[in-house]
Amino acid sequence: MRLALIQIAYLLATALFVFALHWMNDPRTARRGVISGVVAMFMAVAGTMIEPGIIHWGWIALALVLGFAAGVPLSRVPLTAVPQRTALSHAFGGLAAGLVGTAEYYLWLQQSVEKLTAFRTTAIIAEIILGYLTFTGSLMAAGKLQEIRWIPQRPVTYPLQNASNLSLLGIAIVCGIALIFHPVALAFLFPVIIALALAFGILFVIPIGGADMPTVISLLNSYAGLSAVAMGFVLDNKLLVTAGALDGSSGLILSIIMCRAMNRSFTNVLFGAFGQVQAKASSAESKTVKSETPEGAAQMMEQSSLVVVIPGYGMAVAQAQHRVRELYDQLTKRGVDVRFAIHPVAGRMPGHMNVLLAEAEIPYDKLVEMDDINHDMPQADVALVIGANDVVNPAARHDPSSPIFGMPIIDADKARICYAIKRTMNPGFAGIENELYYAPQTFMLFGDAKAIVGDLVKSLSDHGNTH
Amino acid sequence: MRTYILSSGLAAWVAAAPAAALAQDPSTAPEPGADFIQTLFVFMLATFIGMGVISRVSRLLHTPLMSLTNAISAIAVVGSIVITGLDHPSYITLLGAIALFASMTNLVSGFLITDRMLKMFKPRKGGK
Repeated sequence: MRLALIQIAYLLATALFVFALHWMNDPRTARRGVISGVVAMFMAVAGTMIEPGIIHWGWIALALVLGFAAGVPLSRVPLTAVPQRTALSHAFGGLAAGLVGTAEYYLWLQQSVEKLTAFRTTAIIAEIILGYLTFTGSLMAAGKLQEIRWIPQRPVTYPLQNASNLSLLGIAIVCGIALIFHPVALAFLFPVIIALALAFGILFVIPIGGADMPTVISLLNSYAGLSAVAMGFVLDNKLLVTAGALDGSSGLILSIIMCRAMNRSFTNVLFGAFGQVQAKASSAESKTVKSETPEGAAQMMEQSSLVVVIPGYGMAVAQAQHRVRELYDQLTKRGVDVRFAIHPVAGRMPGHMNVLLAEAEIPYDKLVEMDDINHDMPQADVALVIGANDVVNPAARHDPSSPIFGMPIIDADKARICYAIKRTMNPGFAGIENELYYAPQTFMLFGDAKAIVGDLVKSLSDHGNTH
Repeated sequence: MRTYILSSGLAAWVAAAPAAALAQDPSTAPEPGADFIQTLFVFMLATFIGMGVISRVSRLLHTPLMSLTNAISAIAVVGSIVITGLDHPSYITLLGAIALFASMTNLVSGFLITDRMLKMFKPRKGGK
């Protein structure tokens, strides 16, 4: 009876998880999704608590309380730090899976060897490899995003990098297969596999740079989900399998969207080490850049009917989103239509820009996807680029020698006038020259994004007061 | 679209029911691999449903989506509670407790931050 109750609780939890994700298809119903998820989780935990044979209540309570205490501050980080928090959360997920797999293996090894069937051992191996590599890989990613000093931000490369990384993983898998056939005699291989998986996680994130973080975070999201699936196979728990599969497929779909938005393949992101290919660049021809004052730009925007703002990671770094909101208010007040063009890979994780702009209380119906806004770009009077670079580089459309050739971009160059806010003329993260800056209709606004947008707002409001 | 989701949800339901029944009575699972095949079915169907549901999630909400799935994958609490709670040697209990701590952290912070972000998504102001 009790077991049937547990299974029914799990069944309902599974259904509620599916609905939670379903409600995320519209911002109006999305919060219902959270409630549904919480209820599902509550049922799952309650169902597990009535499992017969649980005696260590003290340990469970201690871990739950500490986890709660650590979780609350982690949910209050500033929104610019959400990518790091997400990576950290993948690390915790991977760690949990790895530890449970380790515990189960040694438990069965000592108490009931007959339970280490080929199926179960396979599941355990999958769980610990996925779990531990997600753990260290996500910690590395979180460190890079948090810009911790001793973790290199730029891609680190060395000769035979891919070959040596892949052979590490290969050795781990070979050890795993050996262990499947001799789960008891070769028990000494188990810690070796753990060590290899931990090392591989670090080494496979080291060569990946900031611009590729959205893809890598999505991929690690998928791995964290799959390690929960493997845990479900080990413990023969269908709820773990279904919930993990939902997480895994979500990560997979997001990584595919990210890759497509950069016109790159998975293998290229993972083994390509962006940002070192194009050292030469075409500096031969002397190009001129025109700059403009914030006052001049403000005047031009004031007289426009459509202004398209194209935000990028630079806006997040400068924390300029609230100033952008003031600019939006000033222009909207004057009857200017202001829209925001969101490139799928702008920022450091999927959807990063949307969250920052929503935080600044910009209505979400003004946040427009790349494909939809490109349609309107020729009608735009002003395109204002704030801290975006590669995602507006026209070279992606027509220059086959450019490393970003083929990547879909936002057509900032098709607007009548383009203003680009930038600190200096140094090329962006990927080290690629952006020909948008040299286009005849482009004017640069040099300076910190927050300060410049502030100046724009100021000259608009000053101007408004003189009337 | 709605019917698709409902029917795919129903499919998982139908698949999970016999599995649940099996889990109650070990004598009906004669072969050691039978359970695993059942679970593989569940895994496959759940992945398809996940793909279907996720691909319709609004692009606006991809960041909250990721934190929500973080919270959902904190379902590892279920496994961790079992490992921690049952009568095992103390080092197993300790490993389980650390795993439980890690997944509880995800559970709490995942749901809280998702709700915090979703609260910010507002359509054009009605008043003013």
